[in-house]
Amino acid sequence: MNNSILVVVLASGVAYGTPLLFAALGELLAERSGVLNLGVEGMMLVGAVMGFWAVQRIGGPGGIALVLAVGVAALAGAAIALIHAFLVITLRASQIVSGLALTIFAGGAGLSSYLGNDLNLADAPARHAFQPVDVFGLQDAPVLGPIVFHQTALVYVSWVCVVAVALYLRQTRPGLNVRAVGESPQAADAVGINVARYRYAHTLAGGAFAGVGGACFSLALTPQWVDGLTGGAGWIAIALVIFAFWRPDLCLVGAYFFGAFQALPFALQARGVTVAPELFQALPYVMTVVVLVLVSSGIAKRRLGAPGALGLPYVREER
Amino acid sequence: MKKRTSVLGAVLVAVTVTALVAATAGTAAKQATIKAAWIYVAPHNDGGWSQAHDNGRLYVQKALGSQVKTTFKENIANGPQLEQTVASLVRDGNKIIFGTSFGFFSKKLAAKYPNVLFEQATGTDQAKNLSEYFGAAEDTIYLSGMAAGAASKTGVIGYVVPFAIPEVIRHANAFALGAQATHPGAKIKLIWTNAWFDPTKEKKAAESLKSAGADVLGQNVDSPAAGQYAESVGVPWVGYDNNASKFAPKSWLTAAVYNWGPYYLSRVKAAMAGTWKSGFYYGSIKDGFTSLAPYGPGVTASTKALIAKKKAALVAGSFYEFAGPLWDQSGKLRVAKGKKLSVTDLYAMNWLVKGVIGSPKG
Repeated sequence: MNNSILVVVLASGVAYGTPLLFAALGELLAERSGVLNLGVEGMMLVGAVMGFWAVQRIGGPGGIALVLAVGVAALAGAAIALIHAFLVITLRASQIVSGLALTIFAGGAGLSSYLGNDLNLADAPARHAFQPVDVFGLQDAPVLGPIVFHQTALVYVSWVCVVAVALYLRQTRPGLNVRAVGESPQAADAVGINVARYRYAHTLAGGAFAGVGGACFSLALTPQWVDGLTGGAGWIAIALVIFAFWRPDLCLVGAYFFGAFQALPFALQARGVTVAPELFQALPYVMTVVVLVLVSSGIAKRRLGAPGALGLPYVREER
Repeated sequence: MKKRTSVLGAVLVAVTVTALVAATAGTAAKQATIKAAWIYVAPHNDGGWSQAHDNGRLYVQKALGSQVKTTFKENIANGPQLEQTVASLVRDGNKIIFGTSFGFFSKKLAAKYPNVLFEQATGTDQAKNLSEYFGAAEDTIYLSGMAAGAASKTGVIGYVVPFAIPEVIRHANAFALGAQATHPGAKIKLIWTNAWFDPTKEKKAAESLKSAGADVLGQNVDSPAAGQYAESVGVPWVGYDNNASKFAPKSWLTAAVYNWGPYYLSRVKAAMAGTWKSGFYYGSIKDGFTSLAPYGPGVTASTKALIAKKKAALVAGSFYEFAGPLWDQSGKLRVAKGKKLSVTDLYAMNWLVKGVIGSPKG
């Protein structure tokens, strides 16, 4: 039963959806504060390479090395996000241009590749990697076992993060302030909220989440370093935020949906069902395009819950 | 406001370009007498195909020292990017360029640069200044398939494959025939990733194959991701094109590998001496171009003996895996008893042998 195609696909949907989930949560935080960051792919790659570097260089027990490596990945992602934050918040540059530049600068043929070569990280397996854990001894439970109770620690951490982000945005005062900054920075500023500080903090947090998302690849899914390891996950994460109507809980659903969708053609092939490979390769991106088209009209944006000031630089006294 | 944006954009782009150049150009030795370049489809340190070629480049560099200046370009995709890469390598004065992936060079491209010597691995196009080279990996892949068959208990073996082209189809067939030699009736399940090098897809393919019942994994793709997965779930693994045993020390069985260095050296030397001629080199187990990587701990002494015997027969010419009778997936006789497939047949192979589960169309 647990080898049935549905269970297999859903279980890998959770595993491969997790980097998307981390990155999407981060992007959601940044966007809720009004900062669109298209540099997710670049931040993920730098997180992946630095996380891998940390796990190769930090001694001591595997568990501690892995936790520290995830921390390094988060810091690396945040450091890249700082470039974006400085450009778009302090200098008020175009968020689109800066975000795209960030992806090219930090991405597969840029900084992450340079770091990988310079630190000599390729062609070696990770010294430690996150392995699926058997939670409550339920890994062989029918259906739910492989999907819910036999995943890596990163998956369970991501669940905690979803709950934390949802509660933060909905139930806390800083969360309320973030939403105000994203909806109407003028109003937020008028009641004494420091717009720039909030935007900086959430852009950096977004980078940290993206870095952890990248580390999901280099420390868990494919524990090695090669150029472009994340393979476009950052772009899917950006679409996912829109797809999820800027809600953390729906980010989780969407991430697992994309993850399962990418695993489906392989599971089908293994069971002798041949599918046009071009179709399956293109579909996630086609869906991304469709979603972006659907939500790009102004009315849809407001209905779907896009932050009102998303993508707009805030200048005091200017309207 | 707006101006500032564009200036910043320009600065970022400039920084990016500098980083790109710094990251992708690998160079060596000054005051060279000939410049030789290699183009890779994946990173030069991919742990697989491209790395094996880069070892060949380093072999040339070491042997000729300051007489040669070698360069490589990595992560190059077919199409406009390839053409730009060739143009810039020619501009930089490279006299001989090795393209190490299927479909990189064509007669048209060679005709565009008549003063440059082109060499392409795994292709078929030839011209006055375009040569082809590859080797009979099917022989060594057959031997690696024997190791896989012997390691399998259930007789279901998973094989991760990149693109449905003749090269890969003949490799998959050779692997299946080898596995069936040590495990009669073995089934080989294929999963196409449609990428030469994509660790995530390769891992997904490996996971799917295991969940569909495979108890041994093999591959014709370039990254060691399937091997890392095999190691984590305790399943034996046959690699391809590079000794990647360090990625899966316990699961590693063996792999068919290539020794590109000596061929590269002879061609660069010929280019320097002006004796270079277009040709079609098909290396073999006999001249040492193809061989098996060292065995892992899971290969038993009796399996090693079986493989050694078969290898001797291959070298002596008394055995050939693509000699008839051979049947296809549907059970139709494709090669009659007493007939043999020629290299030309192998370069056009579009059918899978009996016992392979999967489509020859990808």
